[in-house]
Amino acid sequence: MIVKRNELTWFERLYLPALIGGLKVTTRHFLNTLTTKTPVTQQYPEEPTRVLPGYRGAPYLVRDQDGHTKCVSCQLCEFVCPPKAIRITPPGPTGKPADRTNAEKMPEEFEINMLRCIFCGLCQEVCPEEAIFLKSDFSLTGLARSEMIYDKEKLLALGGTHPGIQKWKHKLDEAKEQETFPVKV
Amino acid sequence: MAWLDSLSPQTQFVFFTLLKIACVLGLLLTLVAYAVLAERKVSALIQDRVGPNRVNLPLIGSIPFLGQFLTKLGFWHPLVDGVKSFIKEDFTPGHVRKIYFWLAPAISLVPAFLVIAVIPFGSTLGAQKMVIADLNVGILYTFGIVSLGVYGVVLAGYAANSKFPFLGGIRASAQMISYEIAMGMSVIPVFLVVGDLNLGKIIEHQAQNGWNVLPLFGGGFSAQSLLLVPCGIVSFVIFFISALAETNRLPFDMAESESELVSGYHTEYSSMKFGMFFIGEYANMFAGAAMMTTLFFGGWTLPFFGLDVAPVAGEWWKGLLHIGIFMGKMLAFMFTFMWIRWMLPRFRYDQLMDLGWRRMIPLALANIILTAGVLALTNR
Ligand code: SF4
Ligand code: SF4
Repeated sequence: MIVKRNELTWFERLYLPALIGGLKVTTRHFLNTLTTKTPVTQQYPEEPTRVLPGYRGAPYLVRDQDGHTKCVSCQLCEFVCPPKAIRITPPGPTGKPADRTNAEKMPEEFEINMLRCIFCGLCQEVCPEEAIFLKSDFSLTGLARSEMIYDKEKLLALGGTHPGIQKWKHKLDEAKEQETFPVKV
Repeated sequence: MAWLDSLSPQTQFVFFTLLKIACVLGLLLTLVAYAVLAERKVSALIQDRVGPNRVNLPLIGSIPFLGQFLTKLGFWHPLVDGVKSFIKEDFTPGHVRKIYFWLAPAISLVPAFLVIAVIPFGSTLGAQKMVIADLNVGILYTFGIVSLGVYGVVLAGYAANSKFPFLGGIRASAQMISYEIAMGMSVIPVFLVVGDLNLGKIIEHQAQNGWNVLPLFGGGFSAQSLLLVPCGIVSFVIFFISALAETNRLPFDMAESESELVSGYHTEYSSMKFGMFFIGEYANMFAGAAMMTTLFFGGWTLPFFGLDVAPVAGEWWKGLLHIGIFMGKMLAFMFTFMWIRWMLPRFRYDQLMDLGWRRMIPLALANIILTAGVLALTNR
């Protein structure tokens, strides 16, 4: 589409109508803000801000409905994380067993460096166990770099519980049913 | 004050001049700091925001009502900003031309202060005239000094040795040179009418014959004063627009233009060197406002309650009141500058040049001829 541009009249070219228009708008806003005192500013720390659903804040580990660690230390998130913010220490053959029944293992240590994290959400997307989620926290502060590396305890505490799809519960039920053959179809 | 009288006149002169310099500089710097705050508040109000309202001083902040009010007003922000600029890291990029890089902020700061020296900011206090240097060629001096200001900007652009500051510097030089012509020409009608270059005399003339921008009251309604009205208004408008361009304010802030040139000539500056450019800009605005007040709006006079004559001996309050009137007029201009900044978008560079050379300069020339004609016809 071609927009037709009208020639400016000599009065418009004097720049005066634009000037008066601008004066009107600014005066109106100035007086409104001055008298009614309803500025759009949100006074952040005093007025808590609202985070919309789907917001990608800090990634935290979550527990399942029984309070067990959901993460199985598959290290997919560590692998996918673009800035390499996640570091997982797997338990190894002799490590502590998973606190969930039927899960093969759980991480011995799980660290996210919040200074490196770019809040991309890939870890949440890739996790097969729904064990890591980007929550709504956005103001992470610390007095030292070391404080900004969140370990497993902290991540679990901050993440809270998240029952989600109870994959392992269903597996366990299935396994139990195996013992009372014949299998339901 | 016996010890003062015992000094020789020369020593007294030096003493009072130094005193005046100290007072004016102190006041000017305070005003500059608070002009920055005012700018932020005005912009906030125009944009439906709140503006700076955080800084709270430990003791004063706990005074029941006042402390909170001052905090809301952002009253302590200039103080904290000043401290901040001093303790920030003063970073000198590796690629700059060091000498000029150090020189430029000072050069942009000094002329603004020098201009203030000739402005009569009040009538008299005691036996002292309220002007630092009562020069006979006041206005010529001012134009001479103001044009030095551009060197700071150009030098900063050159010293930074990178693209954006360089472009900013080039733009600034072209812009300032063009608008200086229009500015100089716009005041010629004032001198034709007044017949003197001394700023004190110009104010005296305005006290008797009405302000230059609207010479109606005071001298009464003669054909001459009526005919001079359009001349006065045109000169004032041209001077005002040129002053905006000279002080690099929006809508003519080509030298900075954040959205195009990062921040133009002071892109590479940090800490107090940047602060000096900032102070320079605002001091320049004050100088411009003071010039307009003096040349067109009657300086420290008001045409009623007998406020247009210098106080006789013993009238201290009147002397102070005159200073107050001058400041009031100047601050009103500052407010207008700020308002315009948040009202008008930036001109395109070619539009700016077009306005300067093809509109302002011919108009100013025509105005000179018109004024001269009016004066010749009405026998002056
Ligand atoms: S959100 Fe992105 S950057 Fe942060 S830990 Fe997860 S994958 Fe890494
Ligand atoms: S959080 Fe998820 S993806 Fe990362 S190691 Fe644990 S189970 Fe695997």
